[in-house]
This record gives sequence, structure tokens and C-alpha cells, in this order.
Amino acid sequence: MAQHPLLQVQDLVVKFRLRFGDLTALNGINFTLAPGERMGLVGESGAGKSVAGFSIINLISKPGFIASGRVLFEGEEISSYPLEHMRDIRGNRISMIFQDPMMTLNPVLTIGTQMVETILAHSKVSTAHAREIALEKLAKVYISSPGKRLGQYPHELSGGMRQRVVIAISLLTNPSLIIADEPTTALDVTIQAEVMALLLELCKNERMGLILITHDLGVVSQVTEKIAVMYAGRIVEQGPTKNIITSPKHPYTQGLIKALPQAENTGRRLYQIPGMMPNLTSIPPGCAFHPRCDQAMPMCRDHTPVLCTLEPGLTQVACHLYGTSKEKA
Amino acid sequence: MTTMNKLLVRLHNVVKHFDISGGFLDRISFTQGRPCLRSTTVKAINSVSLDIFQGEILSIVGESGCGKSTLGRTILGLYPPTSGEIYFQDTRVDNLSSDAWLPFRRQMQMVFQDPYASLNPRMTVRQILEEPVRFHFPELKTPEVRDKVSEVMLQVGVDPAWAGRFPHEFSGGQRQRISIARALMVDPMFIVADEPISALDVSIQAQILNLIMDCQERFGLTYMFITHDLSVVEHISTRVAVMYLGTLCELANKEQLYQEPLHPYSRALLSAIPKLGITNFDHIRLKGEVPTPINLPSGCVFHTRCPYTNKRCQQEMPTLLTASNGTMVACHGVEEGRI
Repeated sequence: MAQHPLLQVQDLVVKFRLRFGDLTALNGINFTLAPGERMGLVGESGAGKSVAGFSIINLISKPGFIASGRVLFEGEEISSYPLEHMRDIRGNRISMIFQDPMMTLNPVLTIGTQMVETILAHSKVSTAHAREIALEKLAKVYISSPGKRLGQYPHELSGGMRQRVVIAISLLTNPSLIIADEPTTALDVTIQAEVMALLLELCKNERMGLILITHDLGVVSQVTEKIAVMYAGRIVEQGPTKNIITSPKHPYTQGLIKALPQAENTGRRLYQIPGMMPNLTSIPPGCAFHPRCDQAMPMCRDHTPVLCTLEPGLTQVACHLYGTSKEKA
Repeated sequence: MTTMNKLLVRLHNVVKHFDISGGFLDRISFTQGRPCLRSTTVKAINSVSLDIFQGEILSIVGESGCGKSTLGRTILGLYPPTSGEIYFQDTRVDNLSSDAWLPFRRQMQMVFQDPYASLNPRMTVRQILEEPVRFHFPELKTPEVRDKVSEVMLQVGVDPAWAGRFPHEFSGGQRQRISIARALMVDPMFIVADEPISALDVSIQAQILNLIMDCQERFGLTYMFITHDLSVVEHISTRVAVMYLGTLCELANKEQLYQEPLHPYSRALLSAIPKLGITNFDHIRLKGEVPTPINLPSGCVFHTRCPYTNKRCQQEMPTLLTASNGTMVACHGVEEGRI
């Protein structure tokens, strides 16, 4: 098992079948995650980052479908698994954490019921043993008096505590990959820092892989080892976090970083990327970013750039500025 | 910056409590077998005193539930304060009748967080923008109002040709521009912006922040900017007020606060900002949770979570005092010099 990467996504295309035709939400994305590796999926709303996260565990519901491409998890092609088989993977070997803990937890069941239910769904243990596991995981996410919490309902807990319960639930089955979709967007700064530090610590200790979906570059740079930047359903740049933050290559990534208020540009006008993310129904031809790009060239209008490696093992970028792009009709 | 020292808004010991006891039957409770009426109040703002000077951007920061939005709404008279005084340009406004309020409403406008909820979906952009002008300046003729609408739409970067469209036809960033335009329509002096960018994407946030700063420069506007995003605060504000559980902890110039936060809560808050290129978590961990504003802790409201608490903090409420570097801070530890 060690020779396989944890997760391989190959040329994944996700479409949504609508009345006026198919809408391409993911347009051929590729990435690989090693065991215990932490990756950030960054982009603005509508870039397709959540769809990418959902499609890994085939949670795309109608009218969406995976049109082509493969997802390999520990060497197995899980994208072609039938539904029953997929249940052994979802919530078991791959867990997902969603944005709003109040929406994820069932408001009419106690924390204990929800945790025990998850364990019993995936393994044949007694209820008493399941409670023990639940207690142990609650303690792991630093919840005070876990015994008392098991009997409480979600509304009795604070936002940060709820999100920690959600993380504890995702840990119940000792998954090897966690997909976290904007896990701290609904939380305050101090609680965000705590939840993120906790996720980082757990991933390191348990050697879990993490895919962190977020629009906050600050959070990503603290937690992840590599970043994939998405724009209009494609990955436009990916590479080690440090390289992307310090020397972004794609004009879109550069724009995203320059648009952030930072200590150096205090009080001055912020860089603004002109225009806005195109609607998925009308993605411009060629490079989807060219109408907003200040370095666009005539060829950007006609040819879609593909991801190319600039230096081995470092940043890959899909942009004609770097010349190496092969043309794709 | 020459007009900086002119006082525009002054709050003096403003308190806002909300009674959430409910109806008569909800309030009945039994103690030792006897029925009695119980009342429950949420203590949203507890004695906040604050000066806002002309031309500045004063940011109010704090976690959800600390009373920052309530403070903004109380200043604008959307909530009557429970006690305390609010002055706008030397006139006390908190006890005015609604007729007497009118001229001040024109001076003080608000921009709300969610541009999807704050624009009426059944009105066109023109109707939305014309309404405040027609109300406050009934003497203006229709062509003049139309001209004003076009002028303001141009200023905020929305094409006046789109005035006939409905809010749902615009993107989030465009809608937030329209809400800012609505506030600017009546030439206000003071704008309370309640989390105006937190519902927007990063690249759109930059556009709206630039617009807010442009308007400040062009019209000499004064802002009260309510947010929980501390890197945005560092970018745009002149001064920053840190709030915790309805109390003002620290009020400082932006540079001073970001270089040397004094109050233990400000320190914890600032240490938690995620920054580009910083890969470790060395934020100050606060113990426990924010207490409920229904039962406020005795003494300093922060003492239950403060790492420097002593007996005095538990008993005596600290007052806002000026520290050696000019920062106003409410903390016994700073006052005694032990923090």
C-alpha cells in the first residue's frame, strides 16, 4: 500500500445536465496527494473547488455527473465503485468536514447518538464500546468534560465547540484522508485559529491526508504543504505552498495575493483584478482568465493553456506567458 | 488630516440591554413554591464611551456577539439606548422624537453586511436609489433626482444604463456598490458600515475596500467600520476599538494597536490573524468560551479567560484609562504595570 499515493485525481471532468445543455463545472483536473500530505484548494466562489472536493467521494448528485476521468484512492479506482461499495469509503476511509457545523449536525439528536451511529454504521462493535471510542475522540479534539457533551444537543454548544465535534465525528473511523470544505468560514478569528491548529496537529499525529477547500490564502499558507489554485473549473497553478505564496506565477494567483490587505500595503489602494469570475455557462474561449488578465496576449484568446512544470518538483502553471505550454484544440 | 480633531459623534456611557423575558406566562417561575415574575435581559452594550472624529475611519472589532453591530445601530437610532447619551455635532440625538431625528438621518447612513438581503428585490436600482432622495429632498424635481442617481452610480462604478434593472441581475460586488450608492445618495457625513465585505470574494473585497477609501477621500466621509477581519482593519482604519462582551477593551491608533496591543484580549485577537507565509500557530490560546451576555462575569468581563487575572479583576470593573503611549485601555493589569 505504501507505494501507492493516497489519492490520484486524473483528468476529472464533472458536468451538470441542464435544460439548455451540459454545464462543465470541472474541466479536467489532475492532482496527486501522498499519504499524510496536506493540500489547499483555493479559488473564488464558482471556481469549482467544492465540486472538486465532492466529486472525490462521488457526492455529486443529479443533475451533476462525473463525465470522464478517474479518482484513485490508495491505488483503487473509487470513481467507478457502485453505491454500496462507496459507503465503505465515505465517512470511513475518507471523511468530510463541511462549512457550517449547525447544518452538519442533526439538531434533534444528541452528540452521543450521532457519534455512536457513525461508528456502528462502519464497524461491528457494541454500543458501549462505540461510546468509549466517541469519548476518546472528543478528548482528542480538546473538548472539556466529554462525558457530559455526549448527552447534549448541538444547540447547547458554541460554534467552535460544534465544529470540534464535527472534526471528532470525522475522526471516529480513523480515516486516511479528510476533505474539509471551508471548515472555519463560519467561525471567529480566535476560534478559527484554534480549529485550524487542531486540524494541523491531528493530521500530523495521525498521518492523515488533508484537502482544505478555502478562499482564505492566509489559512492555507498556515496549514498546507501544497496549493492548487482553481479558476473556472480548472487548476491554473499548483505547487508547494511556500513557492506559490512567495512567487506566484499565474497572473490570477498574483492578483489574488496582491488583492489581500497586508502590512506592506497598509492604507494604499489594493490591487483589484478587473471584472469578475465568468459564469460557468459562458466561459471565455482560450484561457478562461484572459478577459481579466493584464498580460493577455492574442494567443490567449484562442488556445487553452495546459498545466506545465516550470522546474521539476516545483510549481506547475497553466499560462502562455511561460511559453512552454503545448497547444490544445 | 487637518479636520481630524473635529468631534463628529460622541457616545457617553451608552448602555443597551435587550429584554428577552417574553410574555407574561413565559416569565412566571417558581421559587420555593411561590410564583414570581422573572426577567431576562441580554446586556449587549455596557457603558461604552467613544469619540468619533471627522474624516477618520474608526473600526470596531471583536468576536460575534460582542455587541459591535448593536453599537452601530444604536448610534444611528435604530435601537434606542437603555441609558447614556449620543451626540452628533454637539446635538444630543438619542432622545429626539422621530420628526426631530429626520435631519440627522440624512447625515448618518448605514451599509449592511449582506447585499442580497439589504436591497429590496422588487424595486429597480433606480427606485432604490431615488427613494432616499425624494424622501429627504422633496423639493427636487424628477430630472434633478435622475441626474443625481446617474452621478452617484458613476461614482461607485456601476453603469447608469443599468438603473432599470433589478438587484438580482447584479453580482454580489455590484450589489454592495449599489448599497453604498444608496447611502451616498443623500450626501451623508457619517456612514456606519456593518461588515460590508464579509459576504464577498477576495478580489471583490479589494474593489469594495478601494471604493470605501475613495469615498472617504472624495467626500470627506467619516466611517464607523464594523468587522471581524483584522487584516482589513489594519489596512483601512485610522483608529481601532476592540470590544469584548459589550465592553470597550482598548481604543488605539491603528499603528499602536498592531505594534503593541496592550489589553490581553487584543493581544490574543491579533495573534490569531492568519498571515501569508507564516506557517506555525503561535497564537495566544484563550481558555474556555465567551460567557453569555445574560449573566455577565463580575468585575472585568474578560477575567474568566484572561491569563493575568487576579482578585481585583474579579471584583472591580476596570475603566478606560489612557496608557503611556496614548492608547485607551480598560485593564487593571496594564494600569498596575504587571502586564
